[in-house]
Amino acid sequence: MVSGLIPTRAGLILLGLCCALVAQCVLAGDGQCYVRPGSRAAALDDCVAPTAFMRRNHMELIKHQRDATVHQGIRGTRDSLAGCIDCHVSRAADGQPVAVNEKHQFCSACHAFAAVKVDCFDCHAAVPRGAPLSEAAGGMPENDLRRTNQ
Amino acid sequence: MKQQHPEETIDQGRRAWFGLAAGVTAAVAAPGVVLHLADAAPAVGTEGVPVTAAARWGLLIDTNKCLEGCRDCVDACARENGLDRQTKPAAQSSAAWADQRAVWLRKAKLADNLTGRVTNLPLMCQHCEHPPCVDVCPTGASFKRADGIVVVDRHVCIGCRYCMMACPYQARSFIHEAVHDQLTGVPRGKGCVESCNLCVSRRDHGLASTACVDACTAAGHGAIVFGDMKDPASPISLALKAMSSRQLREDLALNTGVRYAGL
Ligand code: HEC
Ligand code: HEC
Ligand code: HEC
Repeated sequence: MVSGLIPTRAGLILLGLCCALVAQCVLAGDGQCYVRPGSRAAALDDCVAPTAFMRRNHMELIKHQRDATVHQGIRGTRDSLAGCIDCHVSRAADGQPVAVNEKHQFCSACHAFAAVKVDCFDCHAAVPRGAPLSEAAGGMPENDLRRTNQ
Repeated sequence: MKQQHPEETIDQGRRAWFGLAAGVTAAVAAPGVVLHLADAAPAVGTEGVPVTAAARWGLLIDTNKCLEGCRDCVDACARENGLDRQTKPAAQSSAAWADQRAVWLRKAKLADNLTGRVTNLPLMCQHCEHPPCVDVCPTGASFKRADGIVVVDRHVCIGCRYCMMACPYQARSFIHEAVHDQLTGVPRGKGCVESCNLCVSRRDHGLASTACVDACTAAGHGAIVFGDMKDPASPISLALKAMSSRQLREDLALNTGVRYAGL
């Protein structure tokens, strides 16, 4: 649309993201950083819990959330899997989300390195697709996802 | 067989554990809290509050208003729950696919051989108080939530399909093929059993009804009422009190959460 503007703005944002990423990795204190440029997480400082804790314990958090949701109906809280994907999914040049379990993407890059295989994405959408509540039920994607990440 | 109402206890001794669980939760649940209104906040579930046995969700279907050939509820269910995202394997015939693809809600026809009267009705999981699927499940994947909704925990389901054999209503189906492009809100994949969960995430967000009910109402048929059978003032309780209704296979004394009028 405003064709002249977009490349510069996109460039600036990218530069900013790269700086943020470099800073994060240095802070993390090791050579590996799995947060993908272009994801919402890349522009943020913190995960839902301290990074070092997340690296070791994210599976416990998600599995606890899983049982809480399926058995007790607790939804939209901090550790929801939909929330991880929403914040960590990266975007291709055309703005389309890239599945978190695709090669070199957030979940799969580290899992490949650690030789972990998860079956979650046989069932769970690996990109945000639709709101937690259907449109028919009045679900508005942005509102719902924002609440998920508070 | 005598008709069973939600208040009555049926054969509780046989499933003592459920009786105990329900009693304990009912005792701690605040009485009189209206959980099913769209504007009731915070809704159970969304704010980290576990569901309780204060409500028991159910459906009342007036078969006199259910039209021959109408599929409004079936289609709305498929859309809401992403069931329309299943794809037919290339090698399978359309007839075999129609038979095998997973559905939560089907239209069924009852014919009285003596009188020739034909009744149309939507058939789905009947959300039994004493669900046979839960009895036979070897892993605990089939279970009943505190609010009476019978659910498959697909993280625990091993796909053995005992529950499909045990269900007197043939309300469960199996995902035979890999599924792609699932919606975030309704995960689904090959090798698990599934069935109607009364639009469970709508329940946890405190909405007033289900996709099938909304569609039936919007189309002007108004054949299905949804609500809390434990709340004497809810539309479903009032309707159950006002008109005669039955449970399918009453002889099994499962105390179903889905009731039919006009049978
Ligand atoms: C066979 C299909 C299937 C597989 C495989 C699967 N899930 Fe699920 N998952 C579901 C279904 C169905 C729900 C329930 C959704 C509901 O009740 O609305 C769910 C819900 C969840 C939830 C709660 C919703 C959310 O977004 O927070 C979490 C967390 C979750 N699953 C985690 C996992 C993890 C982790 C794995 C992999 C180890 C996994 N699931 C594998 C089907 C599956
Ligand atoms: C609101 C956005 C947000 C959400 C939601 C979120 N994260 Fe994060 N996550 C981040 C950010 C930002 C970082 C980088 C933190 C840093 O640099 O120290 C991160 C880092 C991580 C890391 C460490 C990555 C590395 O390179 O070592 C893991 C693992 C992780 N997240 C997993 C998860 C899981 C699992 C979930 C869902 C329970 C989740 N995250 C939800 C923003 C988020
Ligand atoms: C920083 C590296 C890293 C990142 C990033 C990461 N994981 Fe993991 N994950 C691991 C490791 C290592 C394990 C295995 C730990 C073990 O076996 O003790 C694991 C295990 C898991 C498990 C448990 C698997 C099982 O079979 O028990 C789940 C579920 C999981 N991760 C989900 C995710 C999801 C979803 C994401 C993306 C949002 C993600 N992980 C991102 C490192 C990571």
